[in-house]
Amino acid sequence: MSLSKQEELVAPPVRTGLSLGRFGAMREAGLIVIILALCVAMSFASPHFATWGNVRAMLMSFSIEGIVVVGMTVLLIVGGIDLAVGSVVCFAMVVGGSMFLMGLDPWTACLIAIGASALVGAGMGFFVTVVGLNHFITSLAAMVIVRGLCLVITKGTPLSLFTLPPEFKAIGQGEFNGVPYVIIIFVVIVVLFDFLLRRATAFRKVFYTGSNEKAAEYSGIRTRQVKFWVTVLCSTLAGLAGVIYMSRFGAATPTFGVGMELNIIAAAVIGGASLTGGAGTIFGAILGIALLSVVTSSLILLDVSVYWQDMIKGCILLAAVSIDHFLNRRKS
Amino acid sequence: MSGGNVLEIRKISKHFGAVQALAEVDFMLERGEIHALCGENGAGKSTLMNIVAGILAPSSGEIRLEGLPVHIGSPAEAQRLGIGLVHQEIALCKDATVAENILMAATNARRAPLMNFSELNRTAQKVMNRLAPIPVTRRVGALSISNQQLVEIAKALTLDCRVLIFDEPTAALTEAETQALFCIIRGLKQRGISIIYISHRMAEIFALCDRVTVFRDGRYVSTDRIAEVTPDHVVRRMVGREITQLYPEKLAGEPGAPLLEVERLSDGAQFSDVSFTLRRGEILGLGGLIGAGRTEIALGVCGLAPTTQGSIRVDGQPVAIADYTDAIRAGIVYLSEDRKHSGVFLDLSIAANVSALDLRKLTRNGLVDRRLELTQAITLCTRLGVKMGAIGDPVSSLSGGNQQKVAIAKQLSVKPRVIIMDEPTRGIDVGAKSEIHKLLRELAADGVGIIVISSELPELLGISDRVIVIRGGRIAGEVTGAMTEEAVIRLASGVGGNFADVA
Repeated sequence: MSLSKQEELVAPPVRTGLSLGRFGAMREAGLIVIILALCVAMSFASPHFATWGNVRAMLMSFSIEGIVVVGMTVLLIVGGIDLAVGSVVCFAMVVGGSMFLMGLDPWTACLIAIGASALVGAGMGFFVTVVGLNHFITSLAAMVIVRGLCLVITKGTPLSLFTLPPEFKAIGQGEFNGVPYVIIIFVVIVVLFDFLLRRATAFRKVFYTGSNEKAAEYSGIRTRQVKFWVTVLCSTLAGLAGVIYMSRFGAATPTFGVGMELNIIAAAVIGGASLTGGAGTIFGAILGIALLSVVTSSLILLDVSVYWQDMIKGCILLAAVSIDHFLNRRKS
Repeated sequence: MSGGNVLEIRKISKHFGAVQALAEVDFMLERGEIHALCGENGAGKSTLMNIVAGILAPSSGEIRLEGLPVHIGSPAEAQRLGIGLVHQEIALCKDATVAENILMAATNARRAPLMNFSELNRTAQKVMNRLAPIPVTRRVGALSISNQQLVEIAKALTLDCRVLIFDEPTAALTEAETQALFCIIRGLKQRGISIIYISHRMAEIFALCDRVTVFRDGRYVSTDRIAEVTPDHVVRRMVGREITQLYPEKLAGEPGAPLLEVERLSDGAQFSDVSFTLRRGEILGLGGLIGAGRTEIALGVCGLAPTTQGSIRVDGQPVAIADYTDAIRAGIVYLSEDRKHSGVFLDLSIAANVSALDLRKLTRNGLVDRRLELTQAITLCTRLGVKMGAIGDPVSSLSGGNQQKVAIAKQLSVKPRVIIMDEPTRGIDVGAKSEIHKLLRELAADGVGIIVISSELPELLGISDRVIVIRGGRIAGEVTGAMTEEAVIRLASGVGGNFADVA
């Protein structure tokens, strides 16, 4: 049998390029159906839901968090986790804001802020790969330390940044042909990383390491380097999200982003990322955060007390993971 | 042999979806006998044993215990009925002590609210000492695989069993430990316990068992008294065809030029002063007891573990190997002994597994070239005869033997000069085993240097042209020519001094 003929016999290259491809695609299709169904139902339930204003607000709200979700998904695939992303988002805001107030131009200030966020990631990566702690504990400590740093830098009071030049504020507030820049940045990052994760050699090593670290080592992959750089990537993207928030709000609040990490992790997991590593897609994770965002928006429009919101989100997470578990067990 | 059948299995069938794992099989176990169950992987042995142990439910058929029909709905029920199973895969709590593991069932049944550790340790030690003097206060995770296997067996011994099933208990044991286990099993038989013994190793079956039943492709083939058959017979029934020669032809003539030269290699702890030469065209065996340092030497040569001293030459050229990546570049690859933990990526696709060793070759502009990746994986898997669904399926969907072939395909993907194979056929059925042996010989003939580490002496001698025996981290000697198991064991155990040539 000739080679080309055999190739026809095998399944077409799967979307993730790796494993459980059809299953992953099925989950993504399922999420899309749920989101659409929810949107249709809501457009009947509330006259305000299907307005451009509301859709735009929803998109804006999950666009910036979506950038953080991208980093978190890659980190989850390598088998890590980062509880410090909420703190790092805030850290980037606070560093950028205070640099600007010290007289730096906002662009340089933001680069420094993103660099500082990357340094936080490098610090965590050091403790994980060189000292040998696990991601959970390391990032738990970093979450508290970095939050503390934010409070120290701002002395606990929000920084007012109304003097930011309009061309900088435009990133968070402006739009291009009616589409907010925030959404453009978000889409570019998502498309880029989704592609890289599926196709790039460097990211393939992330899957190997997360799937079976020992086997990856025995395949000559420098797993500690892989884990280190993915940790840095996650913090860097959180830093980028932080400076966009700064531009959008024109302020830097030292308590911003408390609890954000849970939302981010929940989104990635709903989208199919495995907490034990080796599986996950960017597209799925983004659908995960979109679902959470639509739910939040719906609850607000339906006048459900904010006290109920977290509970409902938690139940969605539980349901998603249970369905996943059930499907996986059925498969094997 | 009196007393009739303790366990009768009649017309048991089991379907997994559309796959029929067992088709109306029969199996009769007499009281106080040791009954071997043989068959290639996928023959249905493990499925049947899982049914008997209450882990799986049969689709149809009947099980009778002491003549009475029984329903075995759960492992706990099986235990209550007096059916114990020593798992093939080690199923122990790694963070608990040996004693806690051995007496887990007893602890579970205990009424007292607090643990009595001194009593627990005393009882456990008594059971453990019957096999090997492993201190029962040690954490299981700190033990070697072979010792863990002994703990697993000790655990089954504590149950009050009528029927005890051993599923390949010696896969990770040394010769001495195997002999100790055989004594125990014979002792159990004396006490009237009936034993089902699953193994691939004919030598063990013929040394230990009274009768042998063969399954093939989920069907019952035959049951014979051991005294009335030969290993050849049994193997033939297992594969359903003639295996005229168990091992491929050895190298005819002299081996070629030196391919890999290892000189005075030491790691400062597990092995020292190891020198040997691998020549083109030959298969070199590394023998020795488990724990002698064979794997450690292999890891040292490949840069997977640090070395303190020594030099390595490939094709006469010195190479510096600081980590495994350097070794791969120098053309030296290592096939791990522990397939599940360090050999394959179970949840990734077959194609992705094959590519793992050298992604650079498949990379164009930083991206993995999928077409190239698929072509490579399909070519290698076809060459190795991997039985699979699609190349994009996860490796976990394959049988053990096919998983191992994928692991070997991964090594071949970099066109290696030297492959070090650590237990290349562990837990693989006879058919796949001889295919892998044949493959090794073909690779050697193509000029790839092959080093084989195997704890199975017949395999080591059958496949190698020459065997270096390691004892206590040093080379104890070399066995060439007409190699005998005795010569290797003498060197490995240090009996009979250092003789370099055993004819």
